[in-house]
Amino acid sequence: MAEKSELQYTAEHEWVLVEGNIATIGITDYAAEKLGDIVFVELPRVGDTVTAGKLVGEIESTKSVGELFAPVAGTVVEANDAVAGSPELVNSDPFGEGWLVKIEFSDLPSMLSLDEYTTLTGE
Amino acid sequence: MRYSPLHGIHEQLGAAFTDFAGWMMPVRYSSDLAEHHAVRTAAGIFDISHMAEIHVRGADAGAYLDFALAGKLSAMALAQAKYSLILNETGGIIDDLVAYRLADDHFLVVANAGNRFAAATALSERAKGFDVTVTDESDDYALIAVQGPVSRAILEATAGLGDFATPLDELKYYRETAATFIGHDLIIARTGYTGEDGFELYIQVDAAADLWAALTVAGEPLGLVPAGLACRDTLRLEAGMPLYGHELGLTTFPVQAGLGRVVALSKEGDFVGRAAIEAGPDAGARVLVGLAAEGRRAGRADYAIYHGDTEVGVITSGALSPTLGHPIAMAYVDADVSDVGTELHLDVRGSRIAASVISLPFYKREA
Repeated sequence: MAEKSELQYTAEHEWVLVEGNIATIGITDYAAEKLGDIVFVELPRVGDTVTAGKLVGEIESTKSVGELFAPVAGTVVEANDAVAGSPELVNSDPFGEGWLVKIEFSDLPSMLSLDEYTTLTGE
Repeated sequence: MRYSPLHGIHEQLGAAFTDFAGWMMPVRYSSDLAEHHAVRTAAGIFDISHMAEIHVRGADAGAYLDFALAGKLSAMALAQAKYSLILNETGGIIDDLVAYRLADDHFLVVANAGNRFAAATALSERAKGFDVTVTDESDDYALIAVQGPVSRAILEATAGLGDFATPLDELKYYRETAATFIGHDLIIARTGYTGEDGFELYIQVDAAADLWAALTVAGEPLGLVPAGLACRDTLRLEAGMPLYGHELGLTTFPVQAGLGRVVALSKEGDFVGRAAIEAGPDAGARVLVGLAAEGRRAGRADYAIYHGDTEVGVITSGALSPTLGHPIAMAYVDADVSDVGTELHLDVRGSRIAASVISLPFYKREA
């Protein structure tokens, strides 16, 4: 797993790891902590075309529902089946085993650095 | 923003906080689910110091409460607790509460934090013509709840806690006893909001941190964990207990919420809301039901409920039940689809989830 400082972030509390034209996406530890215990994750399917900024999935905790937005436009090339069976991975390892989807993209929008993201959350 | 007298302890324990009725209260310490399961299998300790304590004293206290509240409080035995309602003139619910009879002429009314001033105001206004004094003493109390099957063993093992007017093994459910904790008077009630055996300890603010610490030292070997408002909500939902602002409100008639038995229509004399209650809600008024679904996707508060293509209700509280492992919800639905076994659908953000009406509570502890 990449260092947090090597990742990019969105204001919707997602992290993005860019490798070539593949973006791996998850939610931050801040978001996972705010949601509480995650009990259900709904992810897009492989092959789905997604639009940047649009809703592509949901992350439900005992208390509330978090929304997953596509930070980049493109095609879903992989969804993490492990979190479907064990949603708690998003709490226990949000930057590792708890990753959510990989999207193949052609254009990469501007996102936040770690510093900018931590300023946003005030953590 | 208000802070509990136990706030420093919560910070030391690494709690996450939430704004609850203007109070900064612990929402969880470690994990909602772990705290929930601890209360069902061992015990949890909750800070509920935000609750409101209103004292009613005077020769007319019982008769006054019969007028001010929905129940027949004058019939309570000494040291008894009773769940009751403050109704408005139109039969709606200003607050739900627990009243304790501390003496013949002295009751303690415990109201919701968010309704503290509405409750205190209504109770004060209703005191005219009665020989009573109504005083909001909420700021003088901290309130700690210990809930779970080993809660009695924890209290009995707590250093400094003693002088029980009624021994804990003789203290029945919905009864209270006087006690002391290292020289401080306290009220210990066998009440709670989790569906488990448990106790609520009312103590003066400056002794609260020491009491929490002593309970924790005694309880940790027995499985006690600090528990936050998140698990309190899933626990009370499983137990089918209504939450003001969700299942209860100013336009809710008690009978709609399944609380018709809480209104003592047979008591003598008038009480606030009587005429409206006797007239009853409008024909076709929705009623509170329990709903159970399969899978893991839960309906949440404010989600619509359908019977076929017809919208027939709305969810007031919903979650994936940690104890039962399937989604549960409380909801108001049209009376003609409220029978146990009726198949309905929840609109979960555009998806229709099948659910059936079941009787409340969802979870009941073994006696």
